[in-house]
Amino acid sequence: MTLNLTLKVWRQDGPRDAGRFETYEANAVSEDISFLELLDVVNEDLVAQNREPIAFDHDCREGICGMCGVMINGQPHGPLRGTTTCQLHLRHFKDGDTVVVEPWRAAAFPIIRDLVVNRTAFDRIVMAGGYVTAPTGAAQDANNIPVPKANADLAMDAAACIGCGACVAACPNGAAQLFTSAKVAHLGLLPQGQPERWSRVNAMVQRMEEHFGSCTNHRECEAACPKEISIDFIARLNRDYLKAQFKDRRQLLRATDVASEE
Amino acid sequence: MTALDTAPATTTDLDSHVPPGPIAEKWDVHRFETRLVAPQNRRRFEVIVIGTGLAGGSAAATLGEMGFNVKVFCFQDSPRRAHSIAAQGGINAAKNYKNDGDSVYRLFYDTVKGGDYRSREANVYRLAQISTEIIDQCTAQGVPFARDYGGLLDNRSFGGAQVARTFYARGQTGQQLLLGAYQALMRQVELGSVALYARHEMLELVVKDGRAVGVVVRDLVTGAVTSHSAHAVVLASGGYGNVFFLSTNAKGSNVTASWRAHRKGAYFANPCYTQIHPTCIPVSGEHQSKLTLMSESLRNDGRIWVPTNRDDRRSPNDIPPEDRDYYLERRYPAFANLVPRDVASRAAKRMVDDGFGVGELKNGVYLDFKEAISRLGRGVIEQRYGNLFDMYRDIAGEDPYRVPMRIYPAVHYTMGGLWVDYNLMSNLPGLFVIGEANFSDHGANRLGASALMQGLADGYFVLPATIAGYLAGQLGQPPTPTSAPEFKDAEDSVRERVNSLLGVRGSHSVDWFHRQLGKTLWEKCGMARNADGLKEAAREVGDLRQRFWQDVRVLGENETLNQSLEKAGRVADFLELAELLCQDALHREESCGGHFREEYQTPDGEALRDDERFAYVAAWEFKGDGAAERLHQEPLDFEYVHLAQRSYK
Repeated sequence: MTLNLTLKVWRQDGPRDAGRFETYEANAVSEDISFLELLDVVNEDLVAQNREPIAFDHDCREGICGMCGVMINGQPHGPLRGTTTCQLHLRHFKDGDTVVVEPWRAAAFPIIRDLVVNRTAFDRIVMAGGYVTAPTGAAQDANNIPVPKANADLAMDAAACIGCGACVAACPNGAAQLFTSAKVAHLGLLPQGQPERWSRVNAMVQRMEEHFGSCTNHRECEAACPKEISIDFIARLNRDYLKAQFKDRRQLLRATDVASEE
Repeated sequence: MTALDTAPATTTDLDSHVPPGPIAEKWDVHRFETRLVAPQNRRRFEVIVIGTGLAGGSAAATLGEMGFNVKVFCFQDSPRRAHSIAAQGGINAAKNYKNDGDSVYRLFYDTVKGGDYRSREANVYRLAQISTEIIDQCTAQGVPFARDYGGLLDNRSFGGAQVARTFYARGQTGQQLLLGAYQALMRQVELGSVALYARHEMLELVVKDGRAVGVVVRDLVTGAVTSHSAHAVVLASGGYGNVFFLSTNAKGSNVTASWRAHRKGAYFANPCYTQIHPTCIPVSGEHQSKLTLMSESLRNDGRIWVPTNRDDRRSPNDIPPEDRDYYLERRYPAFANLVPRDVASRAAKRMVDDGFGVGELKNGVYLDFKEAISRLGRGVIEQRYGNLFDMYRDIAGEDPYRVPMRIYPAVHYTMGGLWVDYNLMSNLPGLFVIGEANFSDHGANRLGASALMQGLADGYFVLPATIAGYLAGQLGQPPTPTSAPEFKDAEDSVRERVNSLLGVRGSHSVDWFHRQLGKTLWEKCGMARNADGLKEAAREVGDLRQRFWQDVRVLGENETLNQSLEKAGRVADFLELAELLCQDALHREESCGGHFREEYQTPDGEALRDDERFAYVAAWEFKGDGAAERLHQEPLDFEYVHLAQRSYK
């Protein structure tokens, strides 16, 4: 089975240039190819016509690296639930469809070129505290601390986040609560994450707020997430953040004491 | 190609620096005897790491934490994207938590045997020893490994082993291990001990007086070409499977960092050892851009079969048991569906070549879960493989809970890579190579769930110990200034190369050349090879390379994000590597592991090694464009493992 599609693609030469939509026809493409393979086909045509191909981010093309992602008819990663752009196949479109393709739209993710954006702000949230401090070589035997299976499974649900940014792109506020909460929950649910639990959530939320908007519970993030990460984790984030204001305070007080002694 | 018609010039001068003594004590003794760099001196050393996968990410994080000044580069937008993330099934470790007879020695033995006796014993033993520490380390980082109901770690079994020693995190083990390393790395970036350069690609290695002293990189966003100097350079840039165009590698995975180092003198070892993974989704059409792997762990519960009648057009569920050939169970009763990858792949190829293939294009075999689902229930299968089943449904458009999967082998991993000694240092002092980029531990065939183990062993534990021994000798010496002529020359050659790629303005896209290259290699240097085919392939590749430089069309300019330009540089290097790959495959007149020469097989079609002539590592030295590469041999001695014809029957 083949399809004819009309693509309206956002083209922008650089971060400071004005952008525009350009229209391309993709004729008789197989319904078995992925959306990124469709962009490959369009790009081959463009190169044949001596026109510069569309820049788009992609790498593993199996839905796990988190590098790809575009707005397809206004939806991050397109119409299919729980699917990255690279795993979206054309059999989910109809012959004759017009498809609008744009980059992630979020102030925290500035456009680099065409459909490529800069998601460094996500890395910065992780830098602030999205880890367990575990120097190489210092670990005890892995089975010394049992982890209840339910906790381990829930931690894994949260850890499945691929950092693609669809949640931010879907959010009317450009908020990164789903991304941040997934990491806070993953580490906070495990015994290994407890010692830094309260300082972690404080630091990550603070860093998040430097870059992103605020969450007002629209739930668009959950609907857009290709890994179907639940907004329950946002509730958990809020709870941990609130608790941290009391629990982390002792550390803050101690830090002030030390400072005043010096 | 005159090089192919004559035997390569050969020397046997490679010293692997394997320490003496009993194998179980080598690593401990060696660590004790290796020089150290004291904590207060570490900040005086600069180390460059190329790549942020399991090997590079864990190495950069660990070196930063130890106090070295580290610069780390990756071509992706974030270190978390490296292709290690796509590893699904698991990571091996000799914990023996299942009490099923596993031990360090057994993991060592299985790995050497699985590699068809073409790996270095001492390295493999060390890998097996360290495997247990990796699980401890990753658990401490918060990697959510699968657990049983008592809260302890769970294991599954994998191909080539009769014990369950594989730790896993659903079907996303690579992702979770990589995120552990990435998080440790980002902590160091925040602390200032590691400087991170994302969207940067290494395009030259800088060598001064025979030592690696730095790199030249290109900023993929601005096109700026800059030099970076260091006391040591660590390549962790992955494998070269994309030389075949269609592979399970990420689209960006490339050989450029390794190949540029090879051109500067680093030997390239065993390039013909390429692994074809047996359980991938078959090709569906001409626009296919990559192949998708389904974890080998599926073979724990799935049964592989084809119809006994070539023309059986019935739907698989309507084919009764007596009309099915469970060919792996029939031919290899002891290991059955869990034979190693190379054996499983060749068996599938034989079935398809003989006309027993299934699916519309008759290019696959069935992997059937019906029996497992009725025995264990759908819930258990869903829990074990849910995400893999979803992925299959998304791609193939069929529901594997109801219809058997169709699978076929695809290029997956490359055992070959830059030659390194026991310290993971190449023949160029100061250049270390870790993870898939080196050749070291898997011989001619890698066992499932061993890549993650090797990447993390190298990055967390081996390199941080051995690199200190090299650095200690340079205490008090500042790194080479980037104003040195060697840096200037390297920068000039990068700029010149970029300009020539942009200047051709020919008639075919980069992808067109890449597809041609892949087609030639897959047909003539893929799962089965023979002398005539290899000679043809080398000629075709040579012609294609010439044509590439006359006819490639790279539009745009250097000073912006230009993905065609990035690809063009990588494909140009693949075109050079491909010739060496064919040459290596041609010179190795035996079959071993992933390298199968049709001329050398047992009467029942198994790989036939020639230990008399070929029990060595083939390390190739670049001698200039158009000149034949020189072969250096490192003989392999087997003191502990008994050399035998591999049998999984």
